[in-house]
Amino acid sequence: MSATVWGDIEFTAVRELRGPLAVVDGVSGVGWDEFARITLPSGERRHGLVLEVDRDLVLVQILEDTWGMDPDGLRVAFAGEPLHIPVGSGWLGRVCNGRGDPIDGGPPVFGRARAPVGGTPLNPLHRQPPSEPVLTGVGAVDALTTLVRGQKLPVFSAAGLPHLELAAQIAAQSTAGGEAFSVVFAGMGLTHPEAAFVRDALDERSAAGELVLLLNTADDPVIERLLTPRIALTVAEDLAFTGGRHVLVVMTDMTSYAEALREVSAERGEIPARRAYPGYLYSDLASLYERCGRIRGRPGSVTVLPVLTMPAYDITHPVPDLTGYITEGQIVLSRRTHALGVHPPVDALSSLSRLMRRGAGPGRTRADHLPVAAQLLASLARARQVRELADLVGEDALSQADRGYLAFDEAFLRDFVDQPRDRMRRLEDTLERAWRVLLTLPRSQLTMLPDELLDARGAREDPAAGGVREAGG
Amino acid sequence: MGTVSPDPGASRSGPCGGDFPLPRILRVAGPLVETEHRGATAMNDLVLLGRAAVPGEVVSVRNDVVTIQAYEYTGGLVPGDPARPLGEPLSARLGPGLLGGVFDGLLRPLSEGGERLGAGSFGGRSAERGRPFTPAVSAGARIGEGAAVGEVRTGGPVRAQVLVPPGRGGVVEWVAKEGVYAQDTAVARVGGHEVRITDSWPVRRPRPVRERVDDPEPLNTGQRAIDLLFPVARGGTVAVPGGFGTGKTVLLQQIAKWSDADVIVYVGCGERGNEMADVISDFAELEDPRTGGRLADRTVTVANTSNMPMMAREASIHTGATVAEYFRDMGLHVVLIADSTSRWAEALREFASRTGALPAEEGYPAGLASEIAAFYERAGSVITLGGTRGSVTVIGAVSPPGGDMTEPVTAHTERFVRCRWSLDRDLAYARHYPAISWAGSFSRDAVSVGAHRRASGDPAWAERRSRIALLLAEADRLADLVDLVGITALPAQERISVLAGRLVREGVLQQSALSPRDAHCGADRTAALADAVLAVVERCRALVASGVPVETVEEADFGPVLRAREQTGPLDAAAVPELRDVVLSGLGEPR
Repeated sequence: MSATVWGDIEFTAVRELRGPLAVVDGVSGVGWDEFARITLPSGERRHGLVLEVDRDLVLVQILEDTWGMDPDGLRVAFAGEPLHIPVGSGWLGRVCNGRGDPIDGGPPVFGRARAPVGGTPLNPLHRQPPSEPVLTGVGAVDALTTLVRGQKLPVFSAAGLPHLELAAQIAAQSTAGGEAFSVVFAGMGLTHPEAAFVRDALDERSAAGELVLLLNTADDPVIERLLTPRIALTVAEDLAFTGGRHVLVVMTDMTSYAEALREVSAERGEIPARRAYPGYLYSDLASLYERCGRIRGRPGSVTVLPVLTMPAYDITHPVPDLTGYITEGQIVLSRRTHALGVHPPVDALSSLSRLMRRGAGPGRTRADHLPVAAQLLASLARARQVRELADLVGEDALSQADRGYLAFDEAFLRDFVDQPRDRMRRLEDTLERAWRVLLTLPRSQLTMLPDELLDARGAREDPAAGGVREAGG
Repeated sequence: MGTVSPDPGASRSGPCGGDFPLPRILRVAGPLVETEHRGATAMNDLVLLGRAAVPGEVVSVRNDVVTIQAYEYTGGLVPGDPARPLGEPLSARLGPGLLGGVFDGLLRPLSEGGERLGAGSFGGRSAERGRPFTPAVSAGARIGEGAAVGEVRTGGPVRAQVLVPPGRGGVVEWVAKEGVYAQDTAVARVGGHEVRITDSWPVRRPRPVRERVDDPEPLNTGQRAIDLLFPVARGGTVAVPGGFGTGKTVLLQQIAKWSDADVIVYVGCGERGNEMADVISDFAELEDPRTGGRLADRTVTVANTSNMPMMAREASIHTGATVAEYFRDMGLHVVLIADSTSRWAEALREFASRTGALPAEEGYPAGLASEIAAFYERAGSVITLGGTRGSVTVIGAVSPPGGDMTEPVTAHTERFVRCRWSLDRDLAYARHYPAISWAGSFSRDAVSVGAHRRASGDPAWAERRSRIALLLAEADRLADLVDLVGITALPAQERISVLAGRLVREGVLQQSALSPRDAHCGADRTAALADAVLAVVERCRALVASGVPVETVEEADFGPVLRAREQTGPLDAAAVPELRDVVLSGLGEPR
């Protein structure tokens, strides 16, 4: 933020300090949404954003919190513009805190240009519909919820589940068909061990100059978290649309972000909506997630992977709920699968990539990808019904065909989903595993696969024609 | 005019050109701006704020302070900056050129907006294409308000008329000759007033009509679950509530593409940018099955994605309704689709909260219910001022938070609409699309539509509908029982009911938006598919009654009937009975 030019006048009449907020009196010539710098008597500097201007009063939200501030002796300067950051490839390979200041011992990040962190809405007419995959090297994701360049696809998780491991694995392994690829990883409210884990897991990518790491830890100022994803996205937009790279932005944990937003809203005395989150939570989240995409006539793409923990595993909680309304699908992690020791514990039936149809299939991934994925999901849905039935009537009472589904379910988890946390799985391998699992079922159960494919794969005929239950009964 | 497009007319001196100084901005908090009150400012007037001329609308005047909701990013507005009241309400510029276009919430063409939409994006003014005009009246004739002075050819099938504006009328003093004219041109002079190709109308005021009428003619949406079970009459209102992932947007896009309206106004209100990009390119590419032209040529798209300014989202609903009424007044049947009205309600809440209004339920303002009612009231089948029939059908998506159907927007909306097409998460989860719940949906138009169908060549419509509904209800009731005791524990006729439910769901109601043959379905074919399933079910019942073991019936091959929707073309009703007969002969006659 070195490039910010501060106004000549410093204002000293701080009337009120409360939570992350400060009210400055006697101000003139300052506009809404300007960036502010607060100098303490000790010479320490903090930063803020103008939330409201009312005649000669200015309400400033202080990113580093008001801890230890005495209203006397404070000096507040304004930038005359919203917060801008330098952008450019200078960010690659760097590790910074949630405000974008380096914590890797290096010099401040410089860039050839500056950009406002709030971004500017993309004209919908200039959006290019996403159509090519980002391969994550995580089999369950690539095969069943293919991530598409320019998509926003969140991971819905819960406390105790390995979402950070999955996010780090995706960040470390993802590729875009040999084209220039970078990852911007924004950690919000991470514990120190988690932050260390992320740095470690992404070390190789960072050394290759393909990673920007922004880490706001749990003991960092809470309000700073409101800035972290915006800096990440601003850096990503430039790397993508000016630099021509495909950029994956991982943002974790969005629930911590939303809590920071709620905190500021409560301090401002705003009327709360669901669970005391502000009424504008949807629009605020959209202002982040919607920055993904591709632009007509420009190379590069921004793909967004927000990660959030559902409090009490409640998918109707405002953060996952509103996220789901904005994003193009979701990857849901399952406690049950996790308890079985399967990694990643993806709940395939609750997960969905709405853009998958555009990013997978002939010429994009593999010709048989979409029917294979559809068949896996259909068989899995049936397997789940059979599982419920087996719980009621006992496994022995099941028909032979139904018992086949229980075996399928087991093979699906062990042979297809389960994958070492540090091992990348190529798409070929993933789809071959998918076939192996599917072919445990007899041919009559694989109705979504065309005959040519089944013939080529040598699907077996029914062992015994009898005993097949009416599907959908 | 009060439009916010950079119209030279917008900058005429107005009340601010007088002797008193411009009011100053006092307070800025996001989209809420307060200015001094220096007179000549009425409620809902447009005001241009600051040096960037950010448009805003007056929402309250109290003592010396005017409160304004701003339609663009207010960053950089400073107390003391001037505010320029335009003395006119927010208006839409209405002309035939809207067809095929994509606009923001204030009806500014996005094609002129540049790659990123910031302050001042709409600075330039593109050259407007001239359009061929054909006069319909001659000088000396006496015509009233709403009468057509001529017709303008659009790029597509829509015959756009140039109408005498409401409140005008009289003797035609002069009318332009046939020829090509720019959109702003006056093409006639009637009763002392010029009639232009492009008109302007305040977006919050419904356009007047001669009278409202009941029109039992159904809107054919091309979606079987709707046309068969929950039809909507032209001029009706529909709410489509559904949680995320239930296929709301896909369903609305299907209706936008395939329903048999003359004009579609599609308002993307606070929704996804990628989806909007998708629908825009779909409209441009797809062919209208009825006219052979591009779907875009009969469509006006208002795109206000979720990251665009929130208050323009609030305006976009009214803008869309005004555009719909404009085409209705030409005697056209218009469908207005708003996705999603919940985002619009959130914008209302956001602004109410900033003005410090007392909240009612869940922070929404107390006026929410009446705002929703007023919006849906802009639907209707009418006799226009010009004496022709036209209609606006309003279909609004509702996005209940957490799928909670008791939340305020959902609960209020269903009080004011004639149809509800509820989307069910379980159906979507089972990949049953469109996931319209037969148990949770209703249509108050079903009786009148049934009477109309009877009179217009489909006497069996009402009976077919009730038989299908009965089969579904019966199958639902038995499904719970089957889960508990297993299908084999049921009596034979009830097992046939379970089978019938499956045949109706898979053979009639499911409809893939991706299928080239089944994305839409003509009314005749919908009837044929339903009749085929009903005939098969009838035969199954007869067989079982005559002593054929129910297992034999269950194991029969129903494939031809189940696949009929994929194997026949969208309008090919005649091919269905053949497939039905294959199944019937496979089943055999009762003993």
